[in-house]
Amino acid sequence: MGENGLLIIGSSQAGVQLAVSSRALGYAAPVTLLGDENHRPYQRPPLSKDFLQDKITKESLIFRSQEFWDEHRITVVKGERVDKIDVTPDGTGTAWSASGRAFPFDRLALTVGARARRLEVPGADLDGVLYLRNADDALDLKARTPGAGRVVVIGGGFIGIEAAASLHSLGKRVTLLEFADRLVARAVGAETSRFILDHHRRAGIDIRLGSAVDEIVGHDGKVRAVRVGGEEIAADIVLVGVGVIPNTELAEAMGLRCDDGIVVDRHAVASDGTTLAVGDCANLPNPVPGSPAGGRVRFESVNHAIEHAKVAAHALVGRQEEYAGIPWFWSNQGDLKLQIAGLSSGYDRSVVRSPADPLKHSVLYYRGDRLIAADCVNVPLDFMAVKQALSRGVSLPPDAVADPGAPLKSLLAEATAPDEGNPSS
Amino acid sequence: MPKITFAAADGDTRTIEANIGDSVMETAVRNGIGGIVAECGGSLSCATCHVIVDEHDFASLPPMEEMEDEMLWGTAVDRAGTSRLSCQIRVTEGMDLGVTLPETQV
Repeated sequence: MGENGLLIIGSSQAGVQLAVSSRALGYAAPVTLLGDENHRPYQRPPLSKDFLQDKITKESLIFRSQEFWDEHRITVVKGERVDKIDVTPDGTGTAWSASGRAFPFDRLALTVGARARRLEVPGADLDGVLYLRNADDALDLKARTPGAGRVVVIGGGFIGIEAAASLHSLGKRVTLLEFADRLVARAVGAETSRFILDHHRRAGIDIRLGSAVDEIVGHDGKVRAVRVGGEEIAADIVLVGVGVIPNTELAEAMGLRCDDGIVVDRHAVASDGTTLAVGDCANLPNPVPGSPAGGRVRFESVNHAIEHAKVAAHALVGRQEEYAGIPWFWSNQGDLKLQIAGLSSGYDRSVVRSPADPLKHSVLYYRGDRLIAADCVNVPLDFMAVKQALSRGVSLPPDAVADPGAPLKSLLAEATAPDEGNPSS
Repeated sequence: MPKITFAAADGDTRTIEANIGDSVMETAVRNGIGGIVAECGGSLSCATCHVIVDEHDFASLPPMEEMEDEMLWGTAVDRAGTSRLSCQIRVTEGMDLGVTLPETQV
């Protein structure tokens, strides 16, 4: 091992995990974790939830104590944006930050994440049009919240809905505009979209589907309203959550293959055969056991960032660990705790379990006879049972799961042999 | 300061001084207790911060809510009589808590 060690660009969830896992696996050379924000490495998920609602402090977002980093000889550098990387064919090189600092490395890892997609309509650059991707975004939004009575949220994905629920709980009048004909269409099935929609409408959020924003209307450079069709919806703040774009610019400049993210193999290694790319920025072979062969995915989730980083850490120390796992996601939206196990895309049958409680909802998805995913709202028992069934490669009989009185855990215990052999391929 | 003693499944123990108001999970993660994963960062979504509380400390903790109880049925190692999710245990003044970590969290 050389003396420069591992340079991790991006002190994200993936970057932190890669640093920690590389040490856990015995990587002994220096490890540097480089971030472009002026914050110690922190967790993002609470930014749209508890942090926005003032339930937790900034301090509680911090991943690890300085003592931990010191003890594990991990150098954490903040506020340095890398804009140039020189790399030799053997994988060693130097990264240069905009401020002119040089960061030499023996091995490079890109955990550069994704950035918020910008809204492209007239008025999008007005003061008061906000995004929610990083801590500075959240601090800005929080600073403006007390003076804002009316908020328009553009985008009905996780971030938009979570923020809308948080802002509504703070007493704001919230309108949410979604372009598609249902909420969170990319991540949940139609029944779950409907359940979420009904709940938040009942709670008092004005949700409008099929709404294309024409213009953000300003006054003196500040946002005043959002124009949709012929209507102007008054707004003191506009919060945009219309998805993210993977940060591939550094990888592209290095000549790495990119296609909706940095293309990596099963070991999180990019097309140059040495650079690691991990987390939201990486496009990888679908790791879900039983998924159609040849498919590639890019995940945006904490679970993936962690699991993918572990795979990359193995590659770093020369152990070929293939990524196989059940992705899972969560979204806390006011009173709703949504938990998703597996990927439902490509399902041909869904079974709704309808508990008597109007705050609870659970749907299982099948492809053929094979259980592939579940959306669960406020039913952690179902979520945990499906997650375990998927991990073990067993299905749960669709007819039996339709009875909401039948505990999935019991069905899981009854389910016997894996239906497609050992899933840990 | 309040103290929490983490006993790994292999018997290794480590005692950490904790801050009042933090959760037991946060205390563990920030100090690098390996047996606590806490993927969801404490939002009661993942059940990977499972601990088994020492018998004589268990009753001194505030009782758990339904959601935590449900999540505990899905832990990687089956729950024991004094199992809790450590993200739901707040550090309080004078706390001297002992917990054992399960063999695995995932």
